[in-house]
Amino acid sequence: MSKRIGMEVSIAVAEAVKLANADVIAAYPITPQTHIVEHLSELVADGDLDAEYVCVESEHSAMSAVVGASAAGARSYTATASQGLALMHEILFIASSMRLPIVMTVANRALSGPLSIWNDHSDVMASRDCGWIQYFVENGQEAFDHTLIAFRVAEDPEVSLPVIVNLDGFILSHMIEPHVLLDDEEVARYIPPFRPVNRLDPDNPVTMGDFAMPEFYTEVKKSQEMALRNSRATIDKGWQEFAELTGRKYQAVETYKTEGAEILMLSMGALGETASVAVDRMRDQGLPVGLVKLRLWRPFPSDDLLKALGGAKKIVVMDRAISFGAAANPVAAEVTSLLYDTEPRPCIFNSVVGLGGRDVRVEDFEAIVKKAMQGHSYPGPVGDYDLIGVRE
Amino acid sequence: MENLNIYVPRLLDSREYFTPGQRACQGCGETVALRQIMKSVGRNVILANATGCSEIISSPFPQTAWLVPWIHVAFENVAAVASGVEAGMKALERKGALPKRNVKVMAIAGDGATADIGFQALSGAVERGHNFVYVCLDNEAYMNTGIQRSSSTPFGAMTTTSPPGRMSKGQKTWKKNLPEIMVAHEIPYVATASPSYPFDLIRKVKRAVEVDGPAYLHVLAVCPTGWRSAGEETIRLGRLAAESGVFPLYEVDQGKYTINLDPGELKPMKEYLGLQGRFRHLKPEDLEYIEDRVHTNFEKLRAKVRMTSEEDKASRKATKQKPKKGKTAARSKK
Repeated sequence: MSKRIGMEVSIAVAEAVKLANADVIAAYPITPQTHIVEHLSELVADGDLDAEYVCVESEHSAMSAVVGASAAGARSYTATASQGLALMHEILFIASSMRLPIVMTVANRALSGPLSIWNDHSDVMASRDCGWIQYFVENGQEAFDHTLIAFRVAEDPEVSLPVIVNLDGFILSHMIEPHVLLDDEEVARYIPPFRPVNRLDPDNPVTMGDFAMPEFYTEVKKSQEMALRNSRATIDKGWQEFAELTGRKYQAVETYKTEGAEILMLSMGALGETASVAVDRMRDQGLPVGLVKLRLWRPFPSDDLLKALGGAKKIVVMDRAISFGAAANPVAAEVTSLLYDTEPRPCIFNSVVGLGGRDVRVEDFEAIVKKAMQGHSYPGPVGDYDLIGVRE
Repeated sequence: MENLNIYVPRLLDSREYFTPGQRACQGCGETVALRQIMKSVGRNVILANATGCSEIISSPFPQTAWLVPWIHVAFENVAAVASGVEAGMKALERKGALPKRNVKVMAIAGDGATADIGFQALSGAVERGHNFVYVCLDNEAYMNTGIQRSSSTPFGAMTTTSPPGRMSKGQKTWKKNLPEIMVAHEIPYVATASPSYPFDLIRKVKRAVEVDGPAYLHVLAVCPTGWRSAGEETIRLGRLAAESGVFPLYEVDQGKYTINLDPGELKPMKEYLGLQGRFRHLKPEDLEYIEDRVHTNFEKLRAKVRMTSEEDKASRKATKQKPKKGKTAARSKK
């Protein structure tokens, strides 16, 4: 089934959840996630997806309900954005600590205040350390594919961890794009039936979510950290098997025209497509510019990124969120600490772009790169970053 | 004694699903209730437990007091967790992934987790009509964190955040009436119960499990630590709460009210409150105020029993039919 179909990215994501044959969906409406859950409701109402659709009264309950459903052994899905993710925050950490393979789409949207329904990454960056596997996708096809990949990876007994698929709100969620879908049989081959490591079963009673005194808490956290780090092998396997099935190849870090590049841009999510157009233009002008795209955010692909960034003299990290008062913004902080030991250490520049739906144009990337080409300060003063397009 | 050993197992499951060795305080009413509840429910159940006394005393890693599947997630979300478990089991059984065996789902929470922080999740879950039983073990304050007041703390009670002082009589507000709020959700079954009346409690648990749809049980859990009462008075305090009308034992089955224990004349407030240090600072006029309000509430309850009785329904039907006939006649004339 390799026909390309034009459809809204949100609809494609919902179709992927249907193809994955989810058992329980619990969701609360929030812009720009709504089209995903609306379409899932229709699929359930029409009998195209045999699932329990739980219309919860809040995102906190959405996450709590999928925790309960997943613990019962059901394939569970939810989607949210912004304030909804913030409201779930408490339960995100519990879901990963309980090793429940829930899949969630986050249609990334700015956090209030002021209220903004538009895109940036402040929502997910505030929940960065929740212990979930986290992907960032760049276009509709990636969003569809990674919804399936997420179920495959999350439920693998070697992993048994929840997964967030981040897709940029509106910029991606509401776009009509060409998608190559899969059929039920192909998906069934790719995603085996969910066989939970533990589940709530009266015949084999288990106690889930007990409390730990100081003599156990550290060990539990260590095992959780190891589980997330070790999930990388299965994440790669998930991509490899997907490539065998569809021919579409993915990896943790993607590079674009990085050969011979002296200056590299680093981006996540939908920014990548615009940035690659900017790279084309600048290459035409003879500038040695390349692009590195981070698809896997957690577990952080340190080795892949070191390889991809190696050799560049200057690196411009794009952040779509501010870490208020911090030494650097979320992605830049991570990249800077990763590159600290490299010899010679590259100059790192940090640009914060596209906050609260502010458009990021090809010209913006060109300006960012050209400015970085002239600059040479490293390490710069704390909090030294460019807030692109801000009126001062 | 010999006869009792033969007789009691016939009434009750002799097996324990909530086992001894848990870490509750001496004289804890909540654990007596839990033991009775579990005997009534049996082993074909999945429990979701809110954070609180019952959770913390029963699940210190790597130990557990539970011989049934049990999950604890957080404080305010037990109804949502239970609704997810119920939805999951329903989907898996329908899709043939699990055999159909009608596994019960039960949520257990304290009064803070029910009346305060988990109120929204509870309202949402019962409104959605999940087939589960929600049990509130009401010890009338946040006992696990050190006896802070909740909206279920009775008027005048001393807690660590409603201390009596020159400007205060203790708890300033009247106890939130959770059973009635659940009745207002028009769910199939709502009942109050007390471990001081084990067979009443056990019957109500069975009924709650049996009805199709959400059921709510509000169980009084006497707390010697928080109530400043003697451990050996727990069962007696539960009885006095019912006999004084402070905690009436009643049930609302498909909208029909029944008072399960109507002592006729309610016992004086002094007998019940006098056994508890948390009311020690109250003056006779305070007791009078409490007694007056308790009696009024009990009368309201009796009225609801009358209003929802079969005879009353029948008489309302009869009076309704007459004007109806007249109306249709008038209309046909036009």
